[in-house]
Amino acid sequence: MKEFISKNKTVAIELLYKMKNIRLVEETIARRYSEWKMRCPTHLCTGQESVAVAVGTALRKDDFVISTHRAHGHYLGKGGSLKRMIAEIYGKSTGCSKGKGGSMHLIDKSVNFMGSTAIVGGTIPVGVGLGLSITLKKTDQISCVFFGDGSIEEGVFYESVNFAVLKKLPVLFICENNFYSVYSPLKVRQPEGRKIYEMVAAMGCPSQCGNGNDVLEVYQKVNSVLEGIRQGNGPFFFEFDTYRWREHCGHNFDNDLGYRTQEEYLSWKEKDPVCAWETILLEAGVISTKDIEEMENKINKEIANAFDFAEKSPFPDTKEVCTEIYSE
Amino acid sequence: MTRKITYAQAINEAMVQAMEMDKSVICYGLGVDDPKGVFGTTLGLKEKFGSERVFDMPTSENAMTGVAIGASMNGIRPVMTHQRLDFFLLAMDQLVNNAAKWHYMFGGQTSVPITIRLLLGRGWGQGPTHSQNLQAWFAHIPGLKVVMPTTAADAKGLLLSSIFDNNPVIFIEHRWLHNLEGEVPEGDYRVPIGKAQKLRTGDDITIVSLSYMTIEALHAIEILGRNGISCDLIDLRSVNPIDWEMIYGSVRKTKKLLALDTAAESFSVASEVVARVSMECFNDLKCAPKRIALPDCPTPTSPALTKVFDKGAVDIVNMAGKMTGKNIDTGEISKHKTYPHDVPGDWFKGPF
Repeated sequence: MKEFISKNKTVAIELLYKMKNIRLVEETIARRYSEWKMRCPTHLCTGQESVAVAVGTALRKDDFVISTHRAHGHYLGKGGSLKRMIAEIYGKSTGCSKGKGGSMHLIDKSVNFMGSTAIVGGTIPVGVGLGLSITLKKTDQISCVFFGDGSIEEGVFYESVNFAVLKKLPVLFICENNFYSVYSPLKVRQPEGRKIYEMVAAMGCPSQCGNGNDVLEVYQKVNSVLEGIRQGNGPFFFEFDTYRWREHCGHNFDNDLGYRTQEEYLSWKEKDPVCAWETILLEAGVISTKDIEEMENKINKEIANAFDFAEKSPFPDTKEVCTEIYSE
Repeated sequence: MTRKITYAQAINEAMVQAMEMDKSVICYGLGVDDPKGVFGTTLGLKEKFGSERVFDMPTSENAMTGVAIGASMNGIRPVMTHQRLDFFLLAMDQLVNNAAKWHYMFGGQTSVPITIRLLLGRGWGQGPTHSQNLQAWFAHIPGLKVVMPTTAADAKGLLLSSIFDNNPVIFIEHRWLHNLEGEVPEGDYRVPIGKAQKLRTGDDITIVSLSYMTIEALHAIEILGRNGISCDLIDLRSVNPIDWEMIYGSVRKTKKLLALDTAAESFSVASEVVARVSMECFNDLKCAPKRIALPDCPTPTSPALTKVFDKGAVDIVNMAGKMTGKNIDTGEISKHKTYPHDVPGDWFKGPF
């Protein structure tokens, strides 16, 4: 770790910056959600920042990414426009989907973030299709698909992995296992002792698991397979354990519902991925508390600008309710 | 230049031409490269264009539809085929939740130019899971285009238009049309999506039809003509979007509407035609609009049951006769029709 940090100071700091950025964005959304100006469901990823950041940083700008309903982190991690994301959540015409998508349907083609959608498992085959297009066009891009542990219970997941393996497509499957599908814990959904990555390996797709709250571990693990995928080795699957802090959908905490214990929540909070990496960088001496303060000020200023941009942006014209149904 | 080829050959020709014109066109589906080549429609494609562009697929209709969507977002134009429409129902999630709304949901920034070929039909005991006519389902979903060519020329022209359309298009082929011959133009021949075709002109009644029912209607119209009833026959060709102007124009002239469908009657395309005409042309109508479609039950298998389940020229003649105040002897239809009711006969071959 120390060696990595000293050799890759810029990347180390970039990882922290991006994680802090996502954390502060999500927490600002949570804080301001009750203003009732953001009128769409939001699935915040507070606590899950490291996978999004590590993968987004390891990938190239021209690699494709596709994601789910909980996509803020994946979108920002890939370099998606913050202003346009917040405007989208506000339902404004300047939003990344012109107000027609909302928090669950984000896109930023300028960084090849190709879309996110809210039907669990729905983007997995789409990501594989992007992989097929890469093979047909003979480029060395990668198509990365983010999804959760619930998605692997959908039939389309198996269909998609099977095809990606069969055709050796350049697909990076990233499963963020946060142990819950809405309020349903893993134990009511999957047999005890199953490791998702082992099951996937049995399908012929090489796989690994890892600590999804350790940004460096995720970054290095993902980085170590990218070249092979680019060279035609076929897909790779990662299962990273992580945890969402806030409620499944919305800005509150939902531990009072009783579907998970306060103890469990607190134990994961102690594994805060942002805090952990910050401490490591401070101890390694590559960053000072003053640097962190400046970093946070810069991020907060950008967030304030983004919210300001969103608030000042116009709503779409009502005539647009029935436009863009078909492409010309 | 035109020449006579079958509907299946016309589809094959359109596929070859599309793939020659644009190397981003790919073709896949269960059995596209098997010895039968999806009723002959995909024969020779793999040999001509290679296994990278023409390939068989896992039995994974839903994922493979998503694969088409993803590929299309990066400039590929996939044509997927399904030997039966019924098999494609596994893919409704990808079709409805992704393909249909991707363009709208992201503010028009991306589109999904995919073509899904679905084969439907009736007869020979195909029964409840091999003959469903669910075109109204697809037409109901905003963002999808749905076409149902009847003639060989339209099969070619609409398939080429579908492949090069920038939207998801459901291309529905009736198996009883595959062997039908017709004059088909050579070269890059396109039929615009959303335009109906008037196949017969008359003053007494408007018949709006689609797909195989148009063939039954053509036969019925001959009988009706000999009995002094002349019909406007509009073959819809596209059921989303529908060419309303042609329908309204015809009904304003004839004052009578009979809508045909190959599907279960309730909530059918015929129902939509009746509804819109009732709303838009109410004052022009001289009698209540009627529709002929299938009973609201699953397709039975026994030939004894399909005999009363399927609808055809006799039903059309009877209904049009009733609507125009004439009692017409339908005996001559059965005289012409020497084949059993559950196989496509050669009693009507065109021309159109």
